[in-house]
Amino acid sequence: MINLVKKSGEGHMEEMRIVALNGNLGYGYDVQSLEAGLSLKPQLLGGDAGSTDAGPYYLGSGTALVKREQVHRDLSNALIRARAAKIPFVIGSAGMAGGEPNLQWVKRILIDIAREEGLHFKLATIHAEIDKAEICKALRNGSITPMDDVPELTQDSVMQSERIVGQMGTQPFANALAAGADVVLAGRSCDTAIYAALPIARGYDPGLALHMAKIMECGAQCAIPLAPNDSLLGVIRQDHFLIRPLAQHRICTPDSVAAHTMYEQGDPLVIYEPEGRVDLDQAEFEQIDRQTVRVSGSRFTAAPRLRIKLEGARRIGYRAFTIAGVRDASVIRNLDVIESTVRGAVRRNLSVAVKDADFRLEFTYYGRDAVLGELEPDRHIPPREVGVLIEVIANDQLTASYVLSLARSSFLHCPFEGRKTTAGNLAFPFSPSDIEAGQVFEFSAYHLMDVDDAASLFPIEYEEV
Amino acid sequence: MATLESLADVLRSKNAGPFQITIDIMFEKNDDYRRVLEAGVLTSERIARLYKVVPEKVRIIPFDRVRAIKITLPRRWGTRGSGSGFDRDVYGAQQHGPLCGLEIP
Repeated sequence: MINLVKKSGEGHMEEMRIVALNGNLGYGYDVQSLEAGLSLKPQLLGGDAGSTDAGPYYLGSGTALVKREQVHRDLSNALIRARAAKIPFVIGSAGMAGGEPNLQWVKRILIDIAREEGLHFKLATIHAEIDKAEICKALRNGSITPMDDVPELTQDSVMQSERIVGQMGTQPFANALAAGADVVLAGRSCDTAIYAALPIARGYDPGLALHMAKIMECGAQCAIPLAPNDSLLGVIRQDHFLIRPLAQHRICTPDSVAAHTMYEQGDPLVIYEPEGRVDLDQAEFEQIDRQTVRVSGSRFTAAPRLRIKLEGARRIGYRAFTIAGVRDASVIRNLDVIESTVRGAVRRNLSVAVKDADFRLEFTYYGRDAVLGELEPDRHIPPREVGVLIEVIANDQLTASYVLSLARSSFLHCPFEGRKTTAGNLAFPFSPSDIEAGQVFEFSAYHLMDVDDAASLFPIEYEEV
Repeated sequence: MATLESLADVLRSKNAGPFQITIDIMFEKNDDYRRVLEAGVLTSERIARLYKVVPEKVRIIPFDRVRAIKITLPRRWGTRGSGSGFDRDVYGAQQHGPLCGLEIP
C-alpha cells in the first residue's frame, strides 16, 4: 500500500482526508475498517442516516427504519473514536427521514451514549422541517418546481402533509463546523453535503468535493465486494480525489467507482445539488494501487440560485392485509373469477354505513404477476403455486380490518365452476391470519423551492453535552 | 440472437427518487455493449411499449466509460410516489423484468 498521507505544507493544506462510516447509520460496519481510517488522521468522520428509499412512512410517522440498538451500536463505536481522535463527527438525515421526531430520536441516543461513556463535546443540531406557511408563500410566488414525473404541488397537499422537510446543502454543515461543533447532527440533508461541506469551505474544488461525496455517501458500496455496511476513505487534493475502501479485502476499481456514480441517479453524467451541477462527462478514473482509484475532471457549474428539495408525506389511510397460498390448479385458473365474486360478496355483506369511497380492496398474486402487474411478459404461464395478498386501505383501521375480514372469509369459501377443493381455497401460514398494519402515507411533496437564505431555513442549535 | 439478460453483467432497476425508476444495463465486454447499442433495440418507442408509457417519458443514456446504458422512466406502480397505496415495488428493485427477454441480433 502506498502512503496516501501527504504532509501539509506551510499554511496550506495539500489534501483533506475524510472517512465515511458506512452507507446507512444502523446497517453496521467493521470497527477495524473505521480504525484503519482513523489511523490515517482524517479531518472528518461522516455518516449518512437516511434516504427516501424505504418510502414515505418514515417521514409521515416520524420513525426510523432501523432499530434503536442498531443506531446505538453504530453511533457509539464512531463517537468514542471520533472524540479520541478530536475530529468532527457529522451525521446527516438523522432517523431516516430527517424530520423533527426523527432527529430528536437520534439525538436522544447520542446523548445516552455520551452519558454512558462520559464523553463531552459541542453538539450542533440542525433542523430540517420547513414551515408550511413558508412553502405556501413560495407556492403563491411561483418559486416551487416539481421534480420530473411529480404532480404539481397545491396548497391542499402542503396543508395535508404530516410534515415537510428540506434537503439541506453544504452551507448549514459548514456553518456548524465553523462554529466549532465536535458533533453535527442534521435533519434531512443532501447525502453529498455531509462529506462535501468541509472541503468546499476549505477551498477545494466543489465539483471534486461533491463528486467524491456522492461516492462516499453509500460507504463501501462502490467497492468490490460491495458493502453498504463498511467504511470508505476519500482524499481530496487540488485537482483530483482518491477513493479507497478501508477493509483490506475490498478494492475499488475505475469501473466500480464510475459505475457507482450512476447508482440511483436518473442521469449518469450529471449530479444535481442545491449549490449547482457537477458534469462527469470529462471525469477520469484511474487505478493507482491495489485498492485505490484516482478521480479527476468532474466539473462544477454554480446554480443561478439556491434551490432546496422538499419532501412531504401525508396520511392516506390505514392498512390491513392477509397473505395465503394456493396450490390447487383450478383455484389458480379461476383467480380472476374468484376475485370478482369476492368483491361482490364484500359489498353485499358490508354495513351500508361503509361507503365505497371509504376503502380500497386489492388482490395481488405472487407467482403470477405481483411484481410487474400488466407489464409481466409471462403472466399467461400457469404457476404451480400462487401467494395471494389481500389488502385493504381504509379511512380508519376498524374499517380496513372489517373489510379485510369479509374479503378473507369470502375468498376462502368462494364457489366457482368446477371447484373440487370445497373445504377451502387458501392455505394460511398464520393464526391470526389478518394483520393490522397501521397508517399508510404517500409523498405529498417532492419539489424544488427557490431559496434566498439557506441558513434561516435550517436553524442550528448549539449545546455542550 | 441472444437475450439482453444473457449479454448484460448487471441488469438492475432502482428508484431514482420516489417518482422515477432507473434501469442500469452494464456490460463486462465492450463488444457486448456496442452490440446492444448498435442493435437499435433499446429505443424509447420499444421501451415505452414494454412499460406502457409514452415514448417522451423514456430517457436512454449510454455511459461509454463503464459500458453501461441507463434508462429512466416514470414509476408504473406507486404512481403517487414509492410506497403509496398499492405500490408493487417500494424500492423499484425488480422493475427490469420486461427487458430481460429482449432479443438482441
